[in-house]
Amino acid sequence: MLKALNLENINKSYGLINALNNINLTIRDGEFFSLLGPSGSGKTTCLKVIAGFEAPDEGIVSIFGEEVTNIPPFKRHVNTVFQDYALFPHMNVRQNVGYSLKVKKMKGPSIEKNIDEILEIVNLTGYDLRKPSELSGGQRQRVALARALVNKPKILLLDEPLGALDLKLREKMQIELKNIQRQFKITFIYVTHDQQEALSMSDRIAVFNEGKVEQIDTPANIYSKPINSFVADFIGTTSIFDKESAMKLFNIQKAFSVRPENIVIIETEKDLSRIDKKQYFITSGTVADCQFQGSHLRITYSIDANCKLSAFKSLEGDINQKYDVNSKHSIAWKKSDITTLNE
Amino acid sequence: MNKFLDSLSNFAFRNKNFIFLSFLIIPLLWLGIVYLGSLLIFLGHSFFHLDGFTGQIVYEFSFKTLFELFSSPANIDIIIRTVGLAACVTIGSAIIGFPIAYYMAKFTSPKVKIFLFIAIMLPLWSSYLVRVYSWKLILAKEGIINWFFEKLNLEWLLDTILSTPVIGGPSLSISYIGMFLVFTYIWLPFMILPIQASLERVPKSLINASHDLGANKRQTFYKVILPLALPGVIAGSIFTFSLTLGDYIIPYIIGTSKFFIGQAVYTHQGTAGNIPLAAAFSLVPIVVMVIYIYFAKKMGAFNAL
Repeated sequence: MLKALNLENINKSYGLINALNNINLTIRDGEFFSLLGPSGSGKTTCLKVIAGFEAPDEGIVSIFGEEVTNIPPFKRHVNTVFQDYALFPHMNVRQNVGYSLKVKKMKGPSIEKNIDEILEIVNLTGYDLRKPSELSGGQRQRVALARALVNKPKILLLDEPLGALDLKLREKMQIELKNIQRQFKITFIYVTHDQQEALSMSDRIAVFNEGKVEQIDTPANIYSKPINSFVADFIGTTSIFDKESAMKLFNIQKAFSVRPENIVIIETEKDLSRIDKKQYFITSGTVADCQFQGSHLRITYSIDANCKLSAFKSLEGDINQKYDVNSKHSIAWKKSDITTLNE
Repeated sequence: MNKFLDSLSNFAFRNKNFIFLSFLIIPLLWLGIVYLGSLLIFLGHSFFHLDGFTGQIVYEFSFKTLFELFSSPANIDIIIRTVGLAACVTIGSAIIGFPIAYYMAKFTSPKVKIFLFIAIMLPLWSSYLVRVYSWKLILAKEGIINWFFEKLNLEWLLDTILSTPVIGGPSLSISYIGMFLVFTYIWLPFMILPIQASLERVPKSLINASHDLGANKRQTFYKVILPLALPGVIAGSIFTFSLTLGDYIIPYIIGTSKFFIGQAVYTHQGTAGNIPLAAAFSLVPIVVMVIYIYFAKKMGAFNAL
């Protein structure tokens, strides 16, 4: 396994704020790796340390086995797609894309050939002479991508590249980015606060919180086996029972979480009698809210005064069904579906 | 009455142009009549001429005065002298002003920035004449600069500089070098502030992007920062250039006996009563500025706007 990037004990603080707290990361060559976390969690600072815009206070950054901690960004074989795209406003698309080749003193004809190729890949042929101000958000995004890719970097850093795009375009670009990654076989390090984006695109995800990495794993494992309540809460929709409630209601020693799609809603006595009490936790709840979400209903139950639970109810069959607020149901879920959490 | 005011307010809300117009009418009239109108009338005088015998202005359209302006070698000298000095002052201000503006925009803390702003603006709060006269004393033969050179036994250096033809003179206070120094001092804030504003608008991410794409600091400066700051430099140079072209006090106090455009205008419209020639002289800075801005635009100075 070739290590594309290795971060060892990275610490970085701004004044009293600890932006990065002992970060250790190893990213494999060719991997699509996401740094996921809420804003202010340190993921962008981490990206800046990798790109070289910020030097860590402590720790070692290595790229393909070579230490680069104190090497300036213009000598690192990484390129960045910036959140605000950072296109040079005084240059047209062609000049923007060719910038890195020009400063590297590449020969004229091969510069032009490279630019043409990359513009074709990002579907911008014919836009060469436009200024960034004459492009739409999606097109600017493609220019930023082309400008970073034309260098053939070993690692591409993407700082919330799709954040400014609308939902449809974002979904389309997610697929395109993934295709480009496969085609170029480059390591992608992708910063996002959008958990859906991270889950759908990544090979592995590092979940950031308050300058620390909470968990590093594959999307499936992050989703199904969150290591603590922060990760469980941040990824997808989930209901968390803290230690006290777990003890009181289900006689379990540890806090746990359960996903709404695992909840079974029991409406009749007959159904209740059919449930295997050895395999299921059963409790009762009062409907606090019921939302229509297209393919399913999202129901929020109050279990007791300080405990709420979300459940999805598929709308196959009767699309018009809904539950009245304050109606009482028995609810159940498999014992194997819960995730116990370290607080 | 109430009903009338009510419907008036409704009308005003729906017709935005009405509101704009009612606010703008006084400034527009001021700008149009008092400002541009009087300027145009004055400049229009350059197409009249002075009767050689009576000394009266002849109100007939002709190019006599303009011809007189450009056919006299003395007048051409005045124009070349003024434009040359204005160009030197502009370049000097840009060279001194850019690093200060760059430091203010990119490297300081907000507190230091405010301090620098005040430091740059402070001289503008005192009288222009007082400052020019102070410089007269500083530059004079008995002044501090001479004293300083004497103490260092470097009088020979100052004398060598002052004996340089054209830019030299009997003392710093009566030489082109002195005028250059005073002009540069007086107009420097007008160069720093626009450059600072334009550099302030260059986002950090553009500089990061340039480094990211392999450009070192020097390449980033010449390919990204300077082109984006150029509109500010041009704006600043428009100030320093045109203000120097039109000034007559500094050449009068610091300068030699040789005239500058401002002095020419002053003398012709005052003592000599030759308003047409004064008007013709006034046209020169305007024409020079129009040409300057035209070429600045052509060379892409405003592309980043």
